[in-house]
Amino acid sequence: MTTETTASETPETPETASAPAPAASGLIGLPAPLGRALATGGGILAVVSAFMSWTWTSAFPGDLTVYGYPGGLQVLVLIGGILTTLFGLASYGVRGLGALTPGSADSALKMAALGTFGTAWYTVIAISDELGGVVNLDPGGFVVAIATLAAVIGALALPFERPEPDPVDPDDTGWELFKHNSRQNWTNFRAAFATKAPAPAPTLPSWAEILVIIAAMAVGLFVFSYGIGTAYDELFIGFLIMAGFGFASLSKAGIVARVSAITAKHRNITMIGAFVAAAAFPFTQSNDQYATIGVYILIFATVALGLNIVVGLAGLLDLGYVAFLGVGAYTAALVSGSPSSPLHVQWPFWASALLGAVVAMIFGVVIGAPTLRLRGDYLAIVTLGFGEIFRITVLNLDGTSGPDVTNGSNGISSIPNLNILGFDFGAQHQILGSTIGRFANYLLLMLIITLIVVIVFRRSSDSRIGRAWVAIREDETAALAMGINGFRVKLIAFALGACLAGLSGSVQAHVTYTVTPEQYQFAYVVPPNSAFLLAAVVLGGMGTISGPLVGASLLYLIPAKLQFLGDYQLFAFGVTLILLMRFRPEGLIPNRRRQLEFHEEAEAPAVLTKAGA
Amino acid sequence: MTTETPIPDTAPAAPGEVVLDARGVTMRFGGLTAVRNVDFTVRSGEIVGLIGPNGAGKTTFFNCLTGLYIPTEGEVRYKGQVLPPKSFKVTAAGIARTFQNIRLFANMTVLENVLVGRHTRTKEGLWSALLRGPGFHRAEAASRARAMELLEFVGLEKKAEHLARNLPYGEQRKLEIARALASEPGLLLLDEPTAGMNPQETRTTEELVFAIRDKGIAVLVIEHDMRFIFNLCDRVAVLVQGEKLVEGDSATVQGDERVIAAYLGEPFENAPGDEEVAEVEAAEAAAEPEADNTSDAVPGKENDR
Repeated sequence: MTTETTASETPETPETASAPAPAASGLIGLPAPLGRALATGGGILAVVSAFMSWTWTSAFPGDLTVYGYPGGLQVLVLIGGILTTLFGLASYGVRGLGALTPGSADSALKMAALGTFGTAWYTVIAISDELGGVVNLDPGGFVVAIATLAAVIGALALPFERPEPDPVDPDDTGWELFKHNSRQNWTNFRAAFATKAPAPAPTLPSWAEILVIIAAMAVGLFVFSYGIGTAYDELFIGFLIMAGFGFASLSKAGIVARVSAITAKHRNITMIGAFVAAAAFPFTQSNDQYATIGVYILIFATVALGLNIVVGLAGLLDLGYVAFLGVGAYTAALVSGSPSSPLHVQWPFWASALLGAVVAMIFGVVIGAPTLRLRGDYLAIVTLGFGEIFRITVLNLDGTSGPDVTNGSNGISSIPNLNILGFDFGAQHQILGSTIGRFANYLLLMLIITLIVVIVFRRSSDSRIGRAWVAIREDETAALAMGINGFRVKLIAFALGACLAGLSGSVQAHVTYTVTPEQYQFAYVVPPNSAFLLAAVVLGGMGTISGPLVGASLLYLIPAKLQFLGDYQLFAFGVTLILLMRFRPEGLIPNRRRQLEFHEEAEAPAVLTKAGA
Repeated sequence: MTTETPIPDTAPAAPGEVVLDARGVTMRFGGLTAVRNVDFTVRSGEIVGLIGPNGAGKTTFFNCLTGLYIPTEGEVRYKGQVLPPKSFKVTAAGIARTFQNIRLFANMTVLENVLVGRHTRTKEGLWSALLRGPGFHRAEAASRARAMELLEFVGLEKKAEHLARNLPYGEQRKLEIARALASEPGLLLLDEPTAGMNPQETRTTEELVFAIRDKGIAVLVIEHDMRFIFNLCDRVAVLVQGEKLVEGDSATVQGDERVIAAYLGEPFENAPGDEEVAEVEAAEAAAEPEADNTSDAVPGKENDR
C-alpha cells in the first residue's frame, strides 16, 4: 500500500512514510533513539524552564515574571514536564521506574509530552495574544516553547506497532480512495497511542495497597481543589489541557488500571477514603467561595447518582427526574418556618428531610404507576411531560390561578438556616484551626446525604432486586418469563430514585435560601436540571457509583468556569458531549460489566468463538 | 454430567400424575383461528414432544401455556389450578420456559443469570437488601449455592463468572436451561432447544433433557429436528393447522401417513403425488441451510446497551 501523505486529521504530525512503512516506526520519521532522547530532554528542559521568567510584565495573570519560583500556568507545565521526564526515563528502562509504567511507557510518554506541549504553547500564545506580540516573551517563554515542541516531536517519533493495512479496492474512485486512506491514517494514528495489556500486578501487602488508595485520594483531592480554585480563565483552560492529557498518560501507563484494581479490592476503604477526602475539601480552602461550588456540585452529583438507579440499573429513561428534587425542596421549604410559606411551622431537619423523601416517593409512585407500563422512548416522553407538569403546577399554586401554596414564580424565599443540635449552619465555625463557613457546613451535611445515597445504590444493586433491575433492562420479556414482576420491580426503582432525590432536595432548599419553579426545568443553563442530570449519568458511566459523581463534577465545573464563553457556553458544552459520546460512549468510568467484557476478550479469546457458527 | 444431584425442594410428583392439562384450548386472532380445540396433557416424569409444520400454531399454543396469551376458549390447568394470565405468575406457579432465539441476560455473568432465575423462589425485598440483616446474607448464600449446583448440573460451573454473551452457542442453550431450572419448575417448556446445534451438541442436549426428566420434572419440547424428538420423547403430539392431528409414541406418529403428508406441507385429505413430495422435499432441503443460518445469527445479537 502506498500511503499518500494526507495529513488530514493530524496537521501537526505529517506522515513522512511515503514508502511502505517498516514494521515499527513512529508517526514522525526520526530514529527512535534520537526521538526518545529528544522527548526526555525536552521534558527536563520544560521542568527547568518552568523556573524561568516567561514574560517581562506582570500584566498576564499569574505573574510569570519571577525566576526560581513558578507561578500559575508554569506550575502546570512543571507537572507536565516532570511526568514527561519520568515516563521518558521509564521508557529507557531505568531501574525503579518500571513500576510506574506497567502498561506502555511509550504511549504514556506521548500523552504526557502532548499535554505539556499543549499547556505550554497555549500559555505562550495567550501571552503573545493578550499582551500584543511575541516581543512580550522572555527567554523562558522561548525555551519552554522549544523544549515542549522538541518533546512532542521526539515522543511522536517513537516506534509503535502499525496495524495491518486494509487492502485497497482497485475499483475505488478518488473519493473512496481518499476515505480509505483517511481511515487508514486514523487507524495508524490511534495505534500510535495503543497500549499493551498491562503486566500482571505484583501482589502488594495490604497496607501498601491502602497507602496507594490514600495517595490516589490525595491526588484526586488536590487536582479537584486546584481545578475548583483556578482564579482566572487561562489557568482553568491550561488546567483542563494538562489534567486531560495527564490522566490519559497515566491511564496509558497502566497506573489507572492498577489503582482501580486495588480500589475494587478494598471497596469499603476506598469509599471511606473518598469521603474523608471530600470532607477534607473545605479545610483546604481559605474562604467560602469554593465551598459554594463544592456544595452545588455535591447536590448535583447526589441527584445524578439517584437517577443512576433509575436509568443505569433499571434502564428506565426518566427525563423529568428533577421534579422529584423539586418536590423534596418544596416540601422541606414549606415546613422550614420560612415567612413566605403558608404553613407557619418549623420542623427539625430530620423530620423535614424524611417528609421531603416520603412525599417525593409518593409522587414517584403516583407518576410511575401509570407511566411505567410504557417502554423505552414512550416512557421518556411521558416522564418529560410529568416533569413539566410539576413545574407548571407549582407556578400556578400562587393564590390567583390556584390555591396559595407556593407563591408561584416568586417561590418560597428566606428559608432559614438549619440548626441541628445547636450547630448553626448559617454561622462560621472554627474547626481544627480553620474557618468553616456557611456553605462548607452544608457541604459536610450534603456529604452525609451523598453517603446515604451511595450506600443505598451499592446495597440495592448487589441484591435480588438489583439483579431483577438489570434483568429487566437487559431483556424484559425474558425477565418476565423468569418470574420477575416487571411492573412492581420498576416501580420500586422509580420510587426509590424519587425518594433519594427528595432527600437531596430537602437540603438543597436550605442551601439556596429560595426555591422557585425555574430551578426545576427540563433544560436550563445551570445544573441540576433533568437534561444535565441525564448527561452527568451518561457521561460518567451508567450503572456505576463514581461515574455520575465525576460526570456531575465536570458538568458543573466546566460551564461554571467557562463563563467567558458567554453565549457559546451551551454550544461548547454540546460539542464536548457529542465528542465524548463519539469516542467514549460507555462513559468516563465504564461499568464493571463492560470492563469484564474487555477483560474476557483480552484473556480468553477462545471463549468468544461460537460453536454453532 | 452429574445427573444424581438431588433436588430437595421439588417434591417429585407421583409418576403418572397429570401436571399440565389443556382442555379445548382455542385461540383466535380476529378472524384467524390459530389453535382450535386442542386437548393436551403432560404427566409428571414424562417427556412430551410437540411438532408440526411451520405455521401450525405450535408457538401460539406454547404462548397459551406460558401466560403470554389467554386462550379464547378452553382452559389450561397446572396441577389442578387454572393458569394465571401473567407470564411471571405462570413461572411462579411452576412452569419454566426457554426461548427459541436465546434470550439470556447478555451482560450479566453466568451465575447472575441463574440467580435471576431464582427470583420467584426468594423473597428478599428492597428493605432487606438495604438493611443487610443476617437473613439477607443467608438467603443470598443459599441462592448462590443452589445456582452453582444447577451450573454443575448443566456443566457450566467453571464458567460461572463469565459474561453470558461470551459463551459459545451450545453453552448459552445450556445456561438458558439452567436459568429455567432455577425457578424450581414442575414443568419445563423447551422451545426448539437444538436449533442451530451440531449433532454432537444435540446429543448432549438429549442427555441433559433425560437428566432433567430423572429429577422428576416433566418436559415439553417443541422441535423441528425429527430424530431428536423421536429419540427423546415418550409421547409426541402433532399439530397441524391449529388442530391436534395425532398423538402417541414415536412409532405411532412416525408411521402415521397423515403426519408425513401434513408435514410436507400438503393438505392431508388428499394424499400428495410422488412428484409433489419430491418437489417439496427439494425445497425443504434448499431451505434447510438458510434456516440454519438464521438461527445461528441469533447469538450474535448483541445488546449493546
